[in-house]
Amino acid sequence: MIARVYVTLKEGVLDPQGKTVQKSLHSIGFKEVSDVRVGKYIEVTLPDSIERAEAQKKLERMCEQLLANTIIENYSFNII
Amino acid sequence: MKWGVIVFPGSNCDHDCYHVLKHVLHQDTHFLWHKDDAHLDDFDALVLPGGFSYGDYLRTGAIAQFSPVMKSVVAFAKKGGLVLGICNGFQILLESGLLPGAMLRNASLKFICESVTLRVENSKNPFTHQCQKGEELSMPIAHMEGNYFIDPEGLKKLKDQGQIIFRYVKNPNGSQDDIAGISNEKGNVLGLMPHPERASESILGSQDGRRLFESAIHSLESNR
Repeated sequence: MIARVYVTLKEGVLDPQGKTVQKSLHSIGFKEVSDVRVGKYIEVTLPDSIERAEAQKKLERMCEQLLANTIIENYSFNII
Repeated sequence: MKWGVIVFPGSNCDHDCYHVLKHVLHQDTHFLWHKDDAHLDDFDALVLPGGFSYGDYLRTGAIAQFSPVMKSVVAFAKKGGLVLGICNGFQILLESGLLPGAMLRNASLKFICESVTLRVENSKNPFTHQCQKGEELSMPIAHMEGNYFIDPEGLKKLKDQGQIIFRYVKNPNGSQDDIAGISNEKGNVLGLMPHPERASESILGSQDGRRLFESAIHSLESNR
């Protein structure tokens, strides 16, 4: 079982990295790009024997405790 | 006074802190390895030094907050023990929740290594009480993530309670409200991005950093 975890900066938190990527996209011709936010993608592998609901709960805790800093970041995940 | 310098894998300012405390200020100073479930009862003060604990993986300070020694550090801080977090040590204090807020990448996206001027905003803190409010201190910074962030409500609380201890005179990294160092509500936990241990001997160009350590030693002595 693999969980795909996405960690992104909260709205209102400045993202200088995203701004720099946006400028670079503009400079290579993609003028229509109005904003870029850079986040993190994390794959977490769990044994298939774990119940989905249980995995869901565990992932939630992993995100809250370590994978995201909820002062500046949001997280979401899907389990496949 | 008995000082402990916490050593995480990737700490690289631990020996500088040890040197200043032990050889310059003649304190009883000990290294504390992060894996040890340390007994800190007879320590007077702790330093979380700068560096790249756990390679700065995931986020700066994120992994270090779960080091075994941090449980003892949190308990020590809750009891009112003096804790000083410098640079990466500050980031660890933020991640572990001993101080409010979080660190973002520098606005320039560059690692900045230069001397900066700090203004003492609160001289009632144990680490600054030998300074004057408004006094300017010169110390180096060396970091990639020093862009301090806190939500507006949190910022108001910091201001109202005098928890902003140092501000940059000229903001180098985009830090909110020019914040360079903050304390917890009680004032016994201080985190700052600049390196006082690198500015504690005249041969290094500034001795202003000594003022923090000397203030702490003095306040510990007067509380005995």
